[in-house]
Amino acid sequence: MTVANVMTDDLLAPKTPSRGRAVGPRSFAAEPGRVTRTVILGIVGLVFLVPIAAMIEFSLRVGQPVNGHQAYGFQHYTAVFDPVNSAAYGVLFQGILNSVGIVAITVVIVLVLLLPTMIFVELKYPKLRRVLEFICLIPITIPSIVLVVGFVPVYSVVASIFGSYAWTLSFAVGIIVLPYAYRPIAANLRAIEVVILSEASRSLGAGWGSVLWRVILPNLRRGILSSVFITIAVVLGEYTIASFLSQNTFQTALLLVQHTDPYVAVIFALIALVFAFILLVVIGRIGAGSPKPRRLRGPRATSVSGAPDSTAPDSTALTGRTA
Amino acid sequence: MNTPSPTVPTREGAAVELRNVVKDYAGHRALTGVNLSIAPGEFIALLGPSGCGKTTVLRALSGLEAISDGQIMIDGSDVAQLPVNKRDIGMVFQSYSLFPHMTVMQNVEFGLQMRKVDAASRRERAVDALEMVGLGHLDARYAHQLSGGQQQRVALARALVTRPRVLLLDEPLSALDAKVRVQLRDEIRRIQTDLGITTLFVTHDQEEALAVADRVAVMRDGNIEQIGTPEDLYTQPATSFVATFVGLSNPVDGILVGDRVNVFGTSLPLLGTGPAEGAVTAYIRPEDITFSSVERGSGVPATVVVSSFLGSLRRTQVRLDDGTLLFVQHEVRVRPVTGDRVALTFDGRPVAVSAREA
Repeated sequence: MTVANVMTDDLLAPKTPSRGRAVGPRSFAAEPGRVTRTVILGIVGLVFLVPIAAMIEFSLRVGQPVNGHQAYGFQHYTAVFDPVNSAAYGVLFQGILNSVGIVAITVVIVLVLLLPTMIFVELKYPKLRRVLEFICLIPITIPSIVLVVGFVPVYSVVASIFGSYAWTLSFAVGIIVLPYAYRPIAANLRAIEVVILSEASRSLGAGWGSVLWRVILPNLRRGILSSVFITIAVVLGEYTIASFLSQNTFQTALLLVQHTDPYVAVIFALIALVFAFILLVVIGRIGAGSPKPRRLRGPRATSVSGAPDSTAPDSTALTGRTA
Repeated sequence: MNTPSPTVPTREGAAVELRNVVKDYAGHRALTGVNLSIAPGEFIALLGPSGCGKTTVLRALSGLEAISDGQIMIDGSDVAQLPVNKRDIGMVFQSYSLFPHMTVMQNVEFGLQMRKVDAASRRERAVDALEMVGLGHLDARYAHQLSGGQQQRVALARALVTRPRVLLLDEPLSALDAKVRVQLRDEIRRIQTDLGITTLFVTHDQEEALAVADRVAVMRDGNIEQIGTPEDLYTQPATSFVATFVGLSNPVDGILVGDRVNVFGTSLPLLGTGPAEGAVTAYIRPEDITFSSVERGSGVPATVVVSSFLGSLRRTQVRLDDGTLLFVQHEVRVRPVTGDRVALTFDGRPVAVSAREA
């Protein structure tokens, strides 16, 4: 009687479910049909498209209607860049520049403060994960106007230290964007099993710097980029804080110009919408991104003995299936 | 393929010694003074139930866990205060730990890059390591394009390519299915033997431990209960825990008199030293019990409960007339049916005993 025979039960018990079983999309009883879905999508699309179409139509108007006929052209678009109007639109361009500066500093705050903190908590103090999440989500539960009331006395101190510059809004905006910046990074951190990866790289001789730069950050690329893009979108759309703290940003300037030239305000609002749309598309691409199908050398996955490995992925794996 | 390359072999395996290693977590002592000596090139398996501290021993040796007290000696030097990246160990984890953004080749080269090995040598050694585990042709793939078994082979190559002093394997096979697990287990043993690298292998699977290790250390409650060759553990368990944990045993009531145990009217020799004379629990292996039809001979009468075909043998559970359930292991040609009346005899091999619990 051999020892090995005694444990045959253990040997025969499969530890993992077989792979490669096709799992088709589930069908739910309450799932709407194709027609219903199309109708719903169409209605929702119209809700979004009608105002945008109206904005485009409005921005192309030239003069008042004559005998019920409206003339259209690109005069308002070309006027934006006409040097003659530089004084009139200067406040808008300055607001854009200020917003870009705030975006840059806010992104730096996210990358230098939030990101390392999240990685540190994940690696060393995972029990604090909930606490950090709670702190980061607080700003979304407090209306901006309430936050501003708290910021005003703080900014009287900030202004006395740094001066009353628009870029100082980054400190406040950095708090506003926390919920949006936190989520993508947190999801990415969970997905890559950062503790295992860091332990593996440490065991291979990597110092903490190498672990961070060569292993963790490359694997957090998607989360970081999503976080940054969402931060940009939030900052460019922020109005309340800038307005109440009397700073000139893109949104406040837009409101100011609207009083004198509504066409230009609508043009810039359209440009902002397009920019936000592009950002969302980029975020979507990053989120769904998978390695490009690679031409792989060698035959289908085989075991050492040359026999097909029973856990080898099916052929879809060879064309770049995501993990 | 599958022969050690001149660029892969390790130096002479390192001697490892754990001296009274203690590990405390908040309010809980995970290791209670572990002592363990591993000879250079030896393959030791740490075996034990979940929570017994076997992974903590491995992580303490690797440096991933700081110990609370004791010494960890590698080649005579105390490394307890060295960070993990300075201990020169190779480690394979339970979960697939390949870097997902790197190809197989880049994964294997990683440790060499950390050691600032030049690019040409790095590539040569990585190729050899991949050939050693039979995956040289998959060097351009990413982890998600590999099966579980392939990923663990790459992890093994990655751990070995740096020529570590000690190889630590933290249940590397537990996520694999049965067939691949046996395949890779044998691969690990072959490579370890070829390279002569000192290896510590943590597992909760006794078959794995007994099949590959030179010696097996059975752990319980933060310490080593017994360490010995697989044969020693199986045939001469030092404690009732080892007797029941390693292999299958039938715990039965007996009376210890001198160096013999009376069980069901049969006097069996005592294995090793026993407790004080009197009521004890004896542990009888299923293969040390024989049965025959009750009409053919004398023995302890019993009724077949269920019989299981296990390939090369059959295991049958029987119920004695007093209600005691026993497992009997026998040839597959004997096919008892539920309800059959049988007579049990004991082969007279020494049995382990422990004081009977109240």
